[in-house]
Amino acid sequence: MRAASETVETQMDSEAELGFWLYLMSDAVLFGLIFATFAVMATNYAGGPSGSDLFDMTNLALQTALLLTSSLTIGLAHHAVTEDRLGPTVLWMLVTVALGAGFLGLELWELAGFVAEGAGPGRSGYLSAYFTLVGTHGLHVTAGLIWALTLIAQLLVKGTGSREKSRLLRLSLFWHFLDIVWIGVFSLVYLPEFL
Amino acid sequence: MERLQAIFIGFGLAVVLTVLPFAAVLGKWLPRDATLWLIAIAAVVQIGVHLHFFLGVGFTRKHRERLVTLLFAGVLLFFMVGGTLWVMGNLYWRMM
Repeated sequence: MRAASETVETQMDSEAELGFWLYLMSDAVLFGLIFATFAVMATNYAGGPSGSDLFDMTNLALQTALLLTSSLTIGLAHHAVTEDRLGPTVLWMLVTVALGAGFLGLELWELAGFVAEGAGPGRSGYLSAYFTLVGTHGLHVTAGLIWALTLIAQLLVKGTGSREKSRLLRLSLFWHFLDIVWIGVFSLVYLPEFL
Repeated sequence: MERLQAIFIGFGLAVVLTVLPFAAVLGKWLPRDATLWLIAIAAVVQIGVHLHFFLGVGFTRKHRERLVTLLFAGVLLFFMVGGTLWVMGNLYWRMM
């Protein structure tokens, strides 16, 4: 009986994994269209500041380093949970949350600075598109952080069961996906402004 | 163990492919156009690295459905993003 119910659980986890992957693909289409909107708006400054007036290289390099490193640590957390090592799993997840929170803090600080300078989303078409793109990515990171903290609590209470493993796998897919979106953001939105 | 190796190879490649465009922008080694091409190529390759090493997309049977649905999303993106840029680019050109 027990073996049968475990097979059913594995089947459910693999279905949940495919369903979550399909959600990620739809999210990729969403981000692709926001990128297209940004590309269309890329020179609509309306007399306002452009990215080269606003962006700070140190901030960008730090944000990118934090997010890329967090992709490594969520991978290590997932690897630890597949080996049923609860301590390292929770530790790597906490490091991931810290790195993600650092990224989000830098992003909010940067966006708040733009708004304070009078370069908020209402200033020009360019800035509307910029705030939409970076803001949507930031909201996804926020959701990922809430999810990670919830999962840490579940792991501490319930241990490394198959449900928790499946949830951590899906969280790691989500987190790696957000890092891929960030590659697009720094390559398309930020770096060309420093040339 | 194999999985751990993939994580570290993927991370190493990602670091190289991130540092390269940043260094090219800061060091100004190349003309502007060549740097833009370098940024674009490094980004596309790095997205491939993340998909393969971190997201498990590949040609093996294990996650075949991931590759197929990713290609489908790619087709949708090609029509929607390509169509948007085409229409808006054409409009911009006619309004000149």
